Amino acid sequence: MVALSQERLVSSMRTPVRRSPPRTFDHVFRIASLGSALLVLIVLAGILGSMIYGGLPAFREFGFGFITSSVWDVQRDQYGAWVAVIGTLTTALVALVIGVPVSLGIAIFLTQLCPPWLKRPVATTIELLAAVPSIIYGMWGLFVFAPLFARFVQIPVSKLVEGIPIIGTILYASVPSGVGILTAGIILAVMIIPFVASITRDIFDQIPPVLRESAYGIGCTTWEVVRHVLLPQAGVSIIGAIMLGLGRALGETMAVTFVVGNANRLSASLFDPGSTIASRIANEFNEALGLQLNALMALGCILFLVTFIVLVAARLLIARVNAR
Amino acid sequence: MDIAQNISMATPKAWGRVRRSRYLADRALKIICALFTLIGAFVLGWILLMLIVEGISGFSPALFTQTTPGPGTQGGGIANALVGSLILTFLGIIVATPVGVLAGTYLAEYGKGSKLAELIRFLNDILLAAPSILIGLFVYTLMVQPMGSYSGWAGGVALAIIAVPVIVRTTEDMLRLVPGSLREAGAALGAPMSTVIMQVSWRAARAGMVTGVLLATARIAGETAPLLFTALNNNFWFKANLMGGVSNLPVMIYQFALAPYQNWRELAWAGALIITISILALSVVARLIVKKDHVR
Repeated sequence: MVALSQERLVSSMRTPVRRSPPRTFDHVFRIASLGSALLVLIVLAGILGSMIYGGLPAFREFGFGFITSSVWDVQRDQYGAWVAVIGTLTTALVALVIGVPVSLGIAIFLTQLCPPWLKRPVATTIELLAAVPSIIYGMWGLFVFAPLFARFVQIPVSKLVEGIPIIGTILYASVPSGVGILTAGIILAVMIIPFVASITRDIFDQIPPVLRESAYGIGCTTWEVVRHVLLPQAGVSIIGAIMLGLGRALGETMAVTFVVGNANRLSASLFDPGSTIASRIANEFNEALGLQLNALMALGCILFLVTFIVLVAARLLIARVNAR
Repeated sequence: MDIAQNISMATPKAWGRVRRSRYLADRALKIICALFTLIGAFVLGWILLMLIVEGISGFSPALFTQTTPGPGTQGGGIANALVGSLILTFLGIIVATPVGVLAGTYLAEYGKGSKLAELIRFLNDILLAAPSILIGLFVYTLMVQPMGSYSGWAGGVALAIIAVPVIVRTTEDMLRLVPGSLREAGAALGAPMSTVIMQVSWRAARAGMVTGVLLATARIAGETAPLLFTALNNNFWFKANLMGGVSNLPVMIYQFALAPYQNWRELAWAGALIITISILALSVVARLIVKKDHVR
């Protein structure tokens, strides 16, 4: 009797001890999580480090002139980033000018106008635009969009503006092939729309409904609610969303490589081909040797720094509203 | 205060206007917003239609059994690129899932509001949007240069770096939705922290975490830029040790779509159709899982 109860006692004491893992596992688990989290830090630092390491010879060779020089001559081993930098900025700017109003419109439609049953399918459709691989956008841009763009926009517009000062330069296509800076910007606009729209939608959703309702209550129209309640309330975080789109547009590679034309020349016309930092790296890196490789790495370094600054600013602006 | 200010600013202006202009502004906004949304949906439909029209003619049994043809060779398929893509995506996700889940767990369970956690959370969001071509350059410097050869391993690592931030983000978000009382109940039974996390938090957030992994898979399956300098691409079956170039769909599409050979272009379109449909299907399935979870 005594032995039996003792045995039961011992076994009941042992069970929980056996089930719980030893303390060392708890410790290892904690360290592993911390290590994985730190890996994010290390990778980001590694990307910057590898760009600087690879680009240093080019920076040392050309100095500050690397950024301002527009020469890119493989034969003479002379490299400058200016054309690619300007191309990157112009395409991204075009993307914002076209993409931001559309994104805001979609966000307003989803949060204010859309009937509830339609909300989910429409939101999913827009989000799926972000899931389409960028190479598919490139194929669509080059084989479907560019011919239509050349025929219905470039040729008529070029004819119309020919001879007019300034506009006649900016919007004149000497070779109306459909590819060029403007086409790349339009494709980029389509690609950043889902990102900007979904963040703006989240921002609108966070605004307390009572603000909207009270505005509607005193007889405001939807336009007035959007203009005087939603936009002021959302404030700088919309700029954050836009900058996030900018960050995406700056670094987008494959789609741009298809439609930008990949020419190293500075042209005043938006219809002319150019190149961006990312498209130049994609095009030349595998065949590059020596100093050209370093110059491409240096381009990558510039791209990293620019996108990093833009993305940090974007996150800070968006975080400001979330904290409120 | 803010509300009152906004509305008092809005009201006199609104009253000062002519009724008709208010009506027109409102109508214009509604029509323009609906139109923009339609444009978005239209572009998606247009792209899908283009892929089906151009890609469907390339479908044949040979597409799935033969390797990609050399320049000027007739026929051929994309079997090597399909298998290569599956392997690279699988490699990427296998590496990224444990790292991403553990890092997300750290942010949600251990780090929470600490300075380090805040910093990592912030930088993770940056990495999420970082240009993928730079990740390709990084892995090139890290692996391809020292090893002296392009390899599937480098491609897998590049894809993993793109997948990790997606998984970190969703894991953390999902773990934060798990109520603290569940964890307290686990801790009250004497379970150590690791057990509470694995048996309570992870179980409660499982559906959301699976969604994160599926979304990450969809994201990396179509990535081209990071593979250009890591896995490369070629027209043969790759070696069993994945050294040398490993053929894969996205880079194959990039090279074949711009080629002067008719059969190459047809294969590129067929590949584009396959890859896009798979990725869109994966994204939709991932969203359905979360939806079901919310209903429960």
